[in-house]
Amino acid sequence: MAQPSPQQVFAPWEDPSETPLIEFRGVTKRFGDFTAIDDISLSIFRREFFALLGPSGCGKTTLMRMLAGFETPSEGDILLDRQDIAPVPPNKRAVNMMFQSYALFPHLSVWENIAFGLKRDRLPKDEIAARVTEMLRLTRLEKFARRKPHQISGGQRQRVALARSLAKAPKLLLLDEPLGALDKKLRQDTQFELMDIQEKTGTTFVIVTHDQEEAMTVASRVAVMDEGRLVQVATPDVIYETPASVYVADFIGDVNLLEGRATPVPEAGEGRVDLAWAEGQPPIRATTDRAFDKGQQAWFAIRPEKVTITPGRPDEAANAVKGRILDIAYLGNISTYHVELPTGHVVKAQTANTRRIARRAFTWEDEVWLSWTATAGVLLEG
Amino acid sequence: MLRRAALIAVPYAWLLALFLIPFLIVLKIALSDYALSIPPYAPTLDLSEGWEGLRTFFAGLDFETFRFLTTDDLYWKAYLSSVWIAAVSTALALAVGYPIAYGMARAAPEWRPTLLMLVILPFWTSFLIRVYAWIGILSSEGYLNQILIGLGLIDAPLAILNTNVAVHIGIVYTYLPFMILPIYATLEKMDESLLEAAEDLGCSRVSAFWRVTVPLSKSGIIAGCFLVFIPAIGEFVIPSLLGGSETLMIGKVLWEEFFNNRDWPVASAVATVLLLILVIPIVLFQRNEQKQREAEG
Ligand SMILES: Nc1ncnc2c1ncn2[C@@H]1O[C@H](COP(=O)(O)OP(=O)(O)OP(=O)(O)O)[C@@H](O)[C@H]1O
Ligand SMILES: [Mg+2]
Repeated sequence: MAQPSPQQVFAPWEDPSETPLIEFRGVTKRFGDFTAIDDISLSIFRREFFALLGPSGCGKTTLMRMLAGFETPSEGDILLDRQDIAPVPPNKRAVNMMFQSYALFPHLSVWENIAFGLKRDRLPKDEIAARVTEMLRLTRLEKFARRKPHQISGGQRQRVALARSLAKAPKLLLLDEPLGALDKKLRQDTQFELMDIQEKTGTTFVIVTHDQEEAMTVASRVAVMDEGRLVQVATPDVIYETPASVYVADFIGDVNLLEGRATPVPEAGEGRVDLAWAEGQPPIRATTDRAFDKGQQAWFAIRPEKVTITPGRPDEAANAVKGRILDIAYLGNISTYHVELPTGHVVKAQTANTRRIARRAFTWEDEVWLSWTATAGVLLEG
Repeated sequence: MLRRAALIAVPYAWLLALFLIPFLIVLKIALSDYALSIPPYAPTLDLSEGWEGLRTFFAGLDFETFRFLTTDDLYWKAYLSSVWIAAVSTALALAVGYPIAYGMARAAPEWRPTLLMLVILPFWTSFLIRVYAWIGILSSEGYLNQILIGLGLIDAPLAILNTNVAVHIGIVYTYLPFMILPIYATLEKMDESLLEAAEDLGCSRVSAFWRVTVPLSKSGIIAGCFLVFIPAIGEFVIPSLLGGSETLMIGKVLWEEFFNNRDWPVASAVATVLLLILVIPIVLFQRNEQKQREAEG
């Protein structure tokens, strides 16, 4: 993860000679005495697909509105192409935004909504028509071109908003929850379309999403926000595999968290730390690149799919605990077992359903063993 | 079913009693002939003679008065001039009212009820008194001239009272709330993010106003214009108090026919034609309202 990536991999954030397209420098935004954005410094590079993730009200929309020019930072600077953009009005920025509320013009048809920005650029008529047709095709709205926004469904409206923001092919495109109202199939198709557009046009995308799977699929990097601050900015796999904090681990995907006291055991190997997490249970053996003091409070975070579930005690596992199956969640392709340990902790283990459900190996109330390797989880400070 | 019929019957009964029956009476008088008696027209309906009375009554009706309206150019000039004065006043009221409505809709939400109250406040005093007050303001010794002379802007008082200018001022002043309120209602509903979207797509503030704000307040503008234009055509008090001899408005003509000439049939014919003229804008107004409802529905 922290290894230098090979040259062909797209990772401009690791190249110190690369200049970012967008740079936030200590940006703070206050509404009255409420701080919506708290001292954020961040670089986003050309051709990135940058995803903002965070709970409702953490400041994602506010961050975007500052980029689009509808809010000015209370402190700090935002640079676009090394230029401070504070004095540039929204209509002069090479930035387009898709609004979370869509903000479609109710008096204009779908066609005219999409053409709105193009007409402002005074493009020739046939060029506008061609571009609008292309956008309609992309968002599968050809049939609705003549309708007014109030005559189409919520998902269709969302697609109009997306088409309208894409139409001008800006340098930077801000998408505030662009696909939330679409069904799964259409959402996946649109995600691939977006990635495709990005390949072709080299547009930089900043996208807000509540769907971590979406962030994982499309994003080159993910920023997890909490209460106006950036908690972690990294590639999707780093965020998932080595979250920086309990908050990130908990926010992205499913995770088991076990609290305890750390004891470094350097004699057992590099980065080896034991976690005493419950009376009468062997300590959890973990590997970490963080330094822990003896007796320091720590959390062990492990994804359910990295926990193996077996009927008997496995021979060679670094960590193994016995428990009883409390609940089984059948999700089609996978099943999640909720296993209660004698200590009262409930640990989730996930397995792929390679057999038919009737031939499942475990059922409720079964005694099972959970096991995982020393490197399967991460040890976090808080 | 019965409940529905009963519900519909109420407004229709209202219309029948307060609009259709009075209109028929006026129409009947318009079709009668001038006579020196009270009421000053003939024939009158005498039901004691039965069928015969009814027949002579209908035989006595004719379109003589309407024909008379076409012989004297006073009438069509008065109609035209009324429409013109009403149209100019409506345009002025729009020019004054739109910025006020815009300002109100943009004011902080806690201020809006107060501002609305201030717009409606003048209705609390009598319309007649307020028009009289304008005489005090506009006359040659009035406050306006005193202030202008006091400021040294003019040497001799301006003759505003008893001109069409005074009539325009009076109409704009009186009907301004009818312009402001519907425009305010549409502007207040407007989503501000639409303006942001317009700017985001390359509009300046000014062009966002023309391309988004104005079209979205169109139904309010139309409603306000009709609400000013329709009553202004038939306005009588304002031209007679503030207007001069040059001011020709059909309301004034109507009044003179009724009370100076005591020619009720001609006066009724004038009123009937006025009503027919007004039907056009009223129907257009209704259609605007309906379209608006459909667009929201
Ligand atoms: N104009 C404003 N005045 C006062 N507070 C505001 C304003 N705009 C946003 N806020 C506050 O700033 C915080 C961040 O808002 P923001 O809209 O950026 O959240 P978000 O992360 O986009 O949330 P969501 O996922 O629900 O869209 C919220 O607590 C919100 O109440
Ligand atoms: Mg938001």
